[in-house]
Amino acid sequence: MNYLTGRLVTFPLVLLGVSLIVFIAIRLVPGDSITAMLGTEAGLLTPKQREALAAYFGIDQPWFIQYWRWLYDLFHGDLGVSVTYGRPVLDVILERFPLTLELALLSMIVALLVGVPAGVYAATHNEQPSDLGVRIIAMVGQSTPNFVLGLVIIYILSAGFGILPVMGTFTSIWQDPLTNLSQMILPAVTLGFAFAASVTRISRSAMLDILKDDYVRTARSKGASSRAVIWRHALPNALIPVVTLSGIEFSYLLGGAVIVEQIFALPGLGRLVLDAILQRDYALVQGTVLFIAFNVMVVNLLVDLAYATLDPRIRLGER
Amino acid sequence: MTALLSVSGLRVGFGRDPQNHEIVHGVSFDLAAGETLAVVGESGSGKSVTALSINRLIDFGGGRITGGSIVLQRTDGSSTDLAQADEAQLTRIRGAEISMIFQEPMTSLNPVLTIGTQIEESFRLHRGLTGRQAKAAARDALDRVRIPDAARRLKYNPNQLSGGMLQRVMIAIALACSPRILIADEPTTALDVTVQAQILALLAELKRETGMSMIFITHDIGLVAGIADKVMVMQAGEAVEQGELNQVLDDPQHAYTRHLLHAVPHFSSGRATRIDGQRGTSASTEPALKVDGLVVRFPVKGGLFGRATGAVHAVDGVDFDLLPGETLAIVGESGSGKSTTARAVLGLEQSTRGAFTIGKAAAAAEGVRPMQMVFQNPYASLNPRLTVQSILAEPVIASGGRTDARTLSRMTKLLARVGLTEDCLQRYPHEFSGGQRQRLCIARALMLNPSVVVLDEAVSALDVSVQADVLELLVDLQQEFKLAYLFISHDMAVVERIAHRIAVIYAGQIVEIGEAASVLAEPRHSYTRKLIAAVPAIDRRHETFEIDMRQVPSLVRPLGFEPQPADWQSFGPDHLARTEAPDGAKPLVTDDA
Repeated sequence: MNYLTGRLVTFPLVLLGVSLIVFIAIRLVPGDSITAMLGTEAGLLTPKQREALAAYFGIDQPWFIQYWRWLYDLFHGDLGVSVTYGRPVLDVILERFPLTLELALLSMIVALLVGVPAGVYAATHNEQPSDLGVRIIAMVGQSTPNFVLGLVIIYILSAGFGILPVMGTFTSIWQDPLTNLSQMILPAVTLGFAFAASVTRISRSAMLDILKDDYVRTARSKGASSRAVIWRHALPNALIPVVTLSGIEFSYLLGGAVIVEQIFALPGLGRLVLDAILQRDYALVQGTVLFIAFNVMVVNLLVDLAYATLDPRIRLGER
Repeated sequence: MTALLSVSGLRVGFGRDPQNHEIVHGVSFDLAAGETLAVVGESGSGKSVTALSINRLIDFGGGRITGGSIVLQRTDGSSTDLAQADEAQLTRIRGAEISMIFQEPMTSLNPVLTIGTQIEESFRLHRGLTGRQAKAAARDALDRVRIPDAARRLKYNPNQLSGGMLQRVMIAIALACSPRILIADEPTTALDVTVQAQILALLAELKRETGMSMIFITHDIGLVAGIADKVMVMQAGEAVEQGELNQVLDDPQHAYTRHLLHAVPHFSSGRATRIDGQRGTSASTEPALKVDGLVVRFPVKGGLFGRATGAVHAVDGVDFDLLPGETLAIVGESGSGKSTTARAVLGLEQSTRGAFTIGKAAAAAEGVRPMQMVFQNPYASLNPRLTVQSILAEPVIASGGRTDARTLSRMTKLLARVGLTEDCLQRYPHEFSGGQRQRLCIARALMLNPSVVVLDEAVSALDVSVQADVLELLVDLQQEFKLAYLFISHDMAVVERIAHRIAVIYAGQIVEIGEAASVLAEPRHSYTRKLIAAVPAIDRRHETFEIDMRQVPSLVRPLGFEPQPADWQSFGPDHLARTEAPDGAKPLVTDDA
């Protein structure tokens, strides 16, 4: 477990770096919480009122003192209070996070269930028309922006079948799994499509390489059938690049999918960050970014652990 | 009696138009039960394609059988033409009746499955064994190939075993279901010479036990003598000669067979060593290079903060001297430290301790780099983007010179000397053959007028006939320029032809050093004896080699470990061997890998 402790030690250091960058970056954006909240009326404030408001928002001090205070609170488990929601930042994030997590997981499941078999199929039918078909679909999937697909899905369902995607208040999976899934499946497919296209392409090329490897020939010389060769001998080796890709895409999705959330009216992390930035809700931006950074690091750690399980040659902690 | 396998008029082509891209043009041979047929040929002769056609693995490598038949007598008495068989039939035959082992044991096993799982698979596929039964069968199969501690090794992954061990695992897999035919495609080419001898001995023994037939593919005609009953020589996709072993080796009919037999340097236990430029015949006795107590260690790091927990003693106290015009060959197996010694002498590897003295005359001269190197792979050691002129100018520029008229005239002179024309200067490396490229590498090494040239396996990657020419060139250049060669090699036959003196290196230490003829004819150290006994030679027919289960000692030592000072015994005017512990070479630390 040396490797794990080593990695966990670096966690706080990375988070500290991320928080500092966000803290400075958000303050470099012109405008502040007061103008963002009051708009043109901010000009009507007397200097006294402005000072009082600044003190209320905690932006009356130089940025490094603000940062120090924020850090001090953070160590006491307090991410601050969101000015837009008037509630603790952590509560707001935790309210939105389950949806984002669920959406990311569902998209990944869709991507792997479609992408891996499609990639294997294309690789084993190399240079045949069916391989070409899979490759064209994958290429289209990768190059179509996901909002286009989202809009097309909604249009086809509503215009063609008269079905409207279930919008309205978001229902969590714990309250009503069926309603929840009916709300989530379309955004998951929309996000999963491009994801699946990437998975298809990478598993196809990995399989093609591996099918030329010596141990595949050995398996054939033993009398293993083509199916056993592909699924038992080749696929486990081909999964390593797929895991790498899935890790990257998944951690990206954990940061929220702004456009898809917007189209399907889902209250996820993506829209939360966007709104927070527009509102100059400093505490909320800082908290959310820190939270996302933490998640990305956890995903990366899981990916590394997955490598070690998939491939015994990879021993963690050795260079 | 009908043959077990009868191949007639076999034609194999590749690509979309196999008829017009034919690699094998009508090969015929018969294989009787219990017989070993050796198929010999150089790269590109179609020997591997022929082998892969027999169990139709060629289908997966882009090949198509375009003509002929491959008739196999089945276990049940019927006969099947494998050239016409369908895939379902073939999967029942592969592994059960015809098995195969390959050249690269390191890559021929699936890296993500344990060797136990991979052996069990054969039993599951052909014998229907499952669970505990399959496991027990796998353990027996490992026992059969003399892998000690089989039960524990079943749980190993391929990366935890050495090449020799993996080839044994491959044999265990191949022989799991007692096939009647084993096809061995260059099974020992990637292995060290002593390991090669072990594998050959094992195959011979298993063949006696099971009575199987074997098709043994090799480029090394010397290897054939020890194992084959019949020999088939292939050239450019055709079988140019076939017959009984003794007949082919002693009375070759075809010119190509004679060429193969003569081009290959055959090891002759010190009877073919050089007679020119012996030590003591030249006036100069001041060494061109003297190495004292060379030690190279690599730290082994572990723990949370990467502290050194031990050290790999790659080279552990090596001394030798090298006179001008002399060749010292350093021989040993992979991992013995021979290349590390060469690299340390050149300063490519940081030595931990030790002193080098370079001949005074050479060190004082202007524009001279006293040491240069020629590497093993001529394809990888020339920058493909540079012209020959830029490649040859590189060492001059690197040492502060420039490409002036003097440099250019030296280039043309050296090119002519290594047998290339002046118009090569504007050409690129890919326009040259392997042998020509190695000549370029030699010319490059000589640009700075060195006194010592380090040749690290410099002829190992070349085809046999080219090898002979390059060796000849090296000897000529040595005489002309009084060059001292440090010749690193694993090939005893080549060493016999170029070395004046030989140093045998084992586990980072020289165990025997002395005049070539004396060391090769009367090896004194047990390791040297073992090494020489393992060299295949055409006059060593059906010689049995003892199977030795001892492991190579690990070179990892605890921090601060110092080896015992060497205790040398003299066996003549120029022949020293390390005194061994009375109970033979006892390994200090044994290791699985």
